[in-house]
Amino acid sequence: MVEAHPLAETAARFVWWLPALPLIGFLVNGALAFVAAAKPGPADPSADSHGDAHGTDAHDAGHAHADDHGHGAHAPRHRFAAITSIVGPGVLVLAFGLAVAIFAAMRGVAEMPAPYVNVLFHWMPVGTLQLDAALQLDALSMVMVLVITGVGTLIHLFSVGYMQDDPGYPRYFAYLNLFVFFMLLLVLGANYVVTFVGWEGVGLCSYLLIGFWFSDTANADAGKKAFVVNRIGDFGFMVAMFLLFANLGTLNYADIAAQAGHLPAGGVVVTAICLFLFLGCAGKSAQIPLYIWLPDAMAGPTPVSALIHAATMVTAGVFLVARSSMLFALAPVACLTVALVGGATALFAATIGLKQWDIKKVLAYSTVSQLGYMFVGVGVGAYTAGVFHLVTHAFFKALLFLGSGSVIFAMHRAYHATGNHADDAQDMRNMGGLRQYMPVTWALMWIATLAIAGVPPFAGFFSKDEILGETFARAHGSTLADATLLGIHGSTVLYVVWILGLAAALLTAIYMTRMMLYTFHGPNRTGDAARPHLAEAPWIMTGPLVVLGVLSAAGGWLNLPEVVTNILPVGKAGALEHWLEPVVGGATSRIAAGAAPTAASTEELLIGVAVAIAVAGIAIAVVRLKPANLVPKPAAPPSTGFARVLENKWYVDEVYDATVVKPTYVASRAVLWKGVDVGLIDTLLVNGSAAAARFLGWVGSQLQSGQVGTYAWLLVIGAILVLRVFAHVS
Amino acid sequence: MQSLMASIGYNGWILTTLLLIPLAGAVTLVAQARASGHADPEARMAAARRTALMFFVVEAVLSLGLWWSVDYVSADWQAAVSVPWIPAWGIHYHVGVDGIAVILILLTTCLMPLTVLGSWTSVREKPHAFYALLLLLTTGMLGVFMSLDLVLFYVFWELMLVPMYLIIGIWGGQRRLYASLKFFLFTMLGSLLMLVAILYIGFKTGAGAGAPVFDYDQLVAAGNYSTTAATWLFVAFFLAFAVKVPMWPFHTWLPDAHVEAPTAGSVVLASIMLKMGTFGFVRFALPLFPSAATTPAVRSAVIVLAVIGIVYGALVSMVQPDFKKLVAYSSVSHLGFVMLGIFAFTTQGMQGALLVNVNHGISTGALFLLIGMIYERRHTRLIADFGGLAKVMPMFAVMLSIVAMSSIGVPGTNGFVGEFLVLLGAFRTQPIAATIAATVVVFAAVYLLWALQRIIYNPLTKPENASLKDLNWRELGLLVPLVAGIVWLGVYPAPILNRTHAAATRVVVQMGGVAESNGATQSEGGR
Repeated sequence: MVEAHPLAETAARFVWWLPALPLIGFLVNGALAFVAAAKPGPADPSADSHGDAHGTDAHDAGHAHADDHGHGAHAPRHRFAAITSIVGPGVLVLAFGLAVAIFAAMRGVAEMPAPYVNVLFHWMPVGTLQLDAALQLDALSMVMVLVITGVGTLIHLFSVGYMQDDPGYPRYFAYLNLFVFFMLLLVLGANYVVTFVGWEGVGLCSYLLIGFWFSDTANADAGKKAFVVNRIGDFGFMVAMFLLFANLGTLNYADIAAQAGHLPAGGVVVTAICLFLFLGCAGKSAQIPLYIWLPDAMAGPTPVSALIHAATMVTAGVFLVARSSMLFALAPVACLTVALVGGATALFAATIGLKQWDIKKVLAYSTVSQLGYMFVGVGVGAYTAGVFHLVTHAFFKALLFLGSGSVIFAMHRAYHATGNHADDAQDMRNMGGLRQYMPVTWALMWIATLAIAGVPPFAGFFSKDEILGETFARAHGSTLADATLLGIHGSTVLYVVWILGLAAALLTAIYMTRMMLYTFHGPNRTGDAARPHLAEAPWIMTGPLVVLGVLSAAGGWLNLPEVVTNILPVGKAGALEHWLEPVVGGATSRIAAGAAPTAASTEELLIGVAVAIAVAGIAIAVVRLKPANLVPKPAAPPSTGFARVLENKWYVDEVYDATVVKPTYVASRAVLWKGVDVGLIDTLLVNGSAAAARFLGWVGSQLQSGQVGTYAWLLVIGAILVLRVFAHVS
Repeated sequence: MQSLMASIGYNGWILTTLLLIPLAGAVTLVAQARASGHADPEARMAAARRTALMFFVVEAVLSLGLWWSVDYVSADWQAAVSVPWIPAWGIHYHVGVDGIAVILILLTTCLMPLTVLGSWTSVREKPHAFYALLLLLTTGMLGVFMSLDLVLFYVFWELMLVPMYLIIGIWGGQRRLYASLKFFLFTMLGSLLMLVAILYIGFKTGAGAGAPVFDYDQLVAAGNYSTTAATWLFVAFFLAFAVKVPMWPFHTWLPDAHVEAPTAGSVVLASIMLKMGTFGFVRFALPLFPSAATTPAVRSAVIVLAVIGIVYGALVSMVQPDFKKLVAYSSVSHLGFVMLGIFAFTTQGMQGALLVNVNHGISTGALFLLIGMIYERRHTRLIADFGGLAKVMPMFAVMLSIVAMSSIGVPGTNGFVGEFLVLLGAFRTQPIAATIAATVVVFAAVYLLWALQRIIYNPLTKPENASLKDLNWRELGLLVPLVAGIVWLGVYPAPILNRTHAAATRVVVQMGGVAESNGATQSEGGR
């Protein structure tokens, strides 16, 4: 029982408050939104006035202010805005406080014998399936909880400023709170099914928030696409659960960890389980071939992109692989698949990022690419490295998205002040030289850029380097290197992954520098009228940026490599590694079995190569790209050649549409409905035997006269007749 | 609670009372119609619906006691009553319930008042007749769930048919005659064969005793038919039930019936009458002919048809321009899950199937009610005629979204728990069928979200839609219990699962499947 657990008497027993707090926030804000909808007050902005007043190009922040036009000079805020502004971020602040308290309690416990499981109630008691609604605290879920509530709090605060004039203000916070609730369920679930509830729940919130400004068909389309593509992944997740239950008879993490050994290592069953799980991960975490929804998801408000589509939800797949490490450690083929898909995605998405003009699209493809790195990490069994990159990425990518939100906010305000509704507030060709108008945002975004590019000593350098280093090490000797994937030697696969990762690192440095140059440097292209209105966002938005800037700069301290701590007295090496040891240590050592640790000299060489690549990428971008040559979007010529292929994302959407989506619809309509249903079955069964139909039609017409007695007699006579025949036959 | 129930002898009179109250209501309405022949139509409508609502509410409140009064673990029939009816032919008025029946009875009694509220202003023609038929229908449906005598069962089974035929034929849409006749023909042809089979087993079992035997328990206990006879008997029952479910390819009456039926008709048809088919399998077709049902060929055929229905229904749903037809085809898909769960012969599959029955009743009923609400405002069901409704009808949008999520099977709603248990249970014995069926989680999202987008999202382009009024208190009030049910069964289905467990396990044991009590495996394979 749980009372023996060392955490039972600490703050950890309040763990259920973690999801409960945002749920309360959702209920309060949802009620406010519902009441406002049920009884519109005179001061409420009419929903009709937004979404129609501006050009089709000005997405995002455009909506937040468009209602100004219908209501004179000043937009009235939502009448419940004050309550929402307190409750929405307030529950997150409380949840973060609780998370810190639980973290402190966990640190105070010398040794955790097993995860702390808090059973709330029996959910599905069906035979041997005894599923509980239960939460599980361990080192891994704690890391995730801190990231979700910490970064979540910052993004909620930012949203207070960003969404202030939106007519759907309480609805926005209701969705955002609900998202945090499901995200916490996802990471705290004590069995696969509770995790799956969170998994689909965050997908639902993502759907609702992508389509937040639902009056634009494009936004509604993007939300639907995200949901449907995610469901393809969820299919995999479900089949994995069925396989687990059919073979192990349980879905609890603790029981599976204890019984995984019953599955033959490298066998078909465990490999299938892991591959189906990874299909789920590829959907949620936007990996090839299911990454296509994430760039479209940028249709949602920018803070949503930061929280859901960069820092937390999309990393759920990485979390799930780490959570299932006890299974993946038994399935080298699945591990190699994960690593290879991750590496390929990292490079592929980076190529597209090179040629995007929409600032959020650059960041979206960058996110896909960085998620690829994380999968390389967890794929090669370097779970700590994968989770480490997850954490640092949450810092610097949230910063980049919120920074871009700040830029879009400023751009839109400037356009709006001058009555310009034609120009695109997100296109980098309309920006340029923003450094002098938004110096704080500029400086912070450079920190994040250096972090993601992998320049020391910023956060991303350490995590990315660790992933690449571990990949290289595994290629030398591990259970993975000895396995084969589709006839190719595992060691070869891992070297390929390592090279993919290096190439992606080069492109990352290039496209990120390109984004910074085009946005903040060179001459300004916003237009003479709008230019004087460009300015930094209010403190409620820049404040969270500063915090994230500090984290992006210093996040590497979470898990310093020994190579660094040996030279510089900056801290303890491998803090995160040590922290996660109880959860993923066993799987890591199983995969790495027999491999000699990388020699210090080799490690130093690898670090040198990584740094050189990052610096080279930045240098290439600075030398080759000329912001001065850019012209504003309306005047820009269409791109040609290979650049055009990249700008159009390799035409993957079009290919999917032509090969999967359209044929399914056509077949369903023409073959199944019109052909089989109306044509075949109805003709054969209904109209085929015309005589019988006419006869029974006559019966029916007699009924129509209301003489139920006739009906009863016919029934009895008919039955007796048929019975006689039957009796003779048998 | 239980002692209170016992002190008023609740179990002794409740089932018969539940059968009689709707009949009394129907008689009252007929009398009322005679008395108010020349009154103003509005007043007639108001009087009729008020009377009907009163009877349905009394019925619902009385039935709630079953939740507590019944011993769900006992192997005996609960609240049973047995009185000889036609002794010479061995026919009894024998009613009784187990956990499976109680849940479906409660679904019926709780849903019926809501259908009256849903028809509140839309049934203007012959309101007394309409509500009288609705009440009569209720007696028929409840009778099917309670009957423990096969002739009695057949009487109730046919009793359902006539009121529904008339409801579609008189109060339906433009092609109501075609639809009602098609409905009638399909169900009639199926059930006639079943009648023959019932008479056959009744006379055969009673051959030595002088009088035919129609008692359920005796027939289940007897059941020694030759392989050929058992197969044909099963087929006769199968046809009757498969049409009702409806299983592919016997489903084509359903889209027409749904589209043409008035809102209340669609709700009752989808939420309760389709359950007769799946209930029929669990209560009659399987326990009476276990040897036939477990024959690999028969079982595989049923599972193949179920899986075809699951996928086919979803794909055809996707391309429907009419919202009601979309929901009708989605029913084919959902009921396919029920069949898959039943024929998995595992505890999880069986209980999941029973839960999907209830879930489908709640969420599809709610969907038809919601469609009825916008149909009353716009007089169209074509999805393309809407768009952007979330702006003018935000509360409607919220309700439709929640119900759609339940139908898609998003975790946290009832839809997930049922589908998950069915697939999990089916995977243990039929992994390939379950995997194919699981792909529908994708298509279900496609057809419902696409419809949702075209109705409540997207720009509001049609001027007719710009002035639509949002839900009123009556409409909101009748949806709230359904939404509450959706969340309750999604978050805490244990009370229902615990109540159906023993009954479901019993059937699985009869089928020689993987039956498990809560905790340990009871019997594995073999019979």
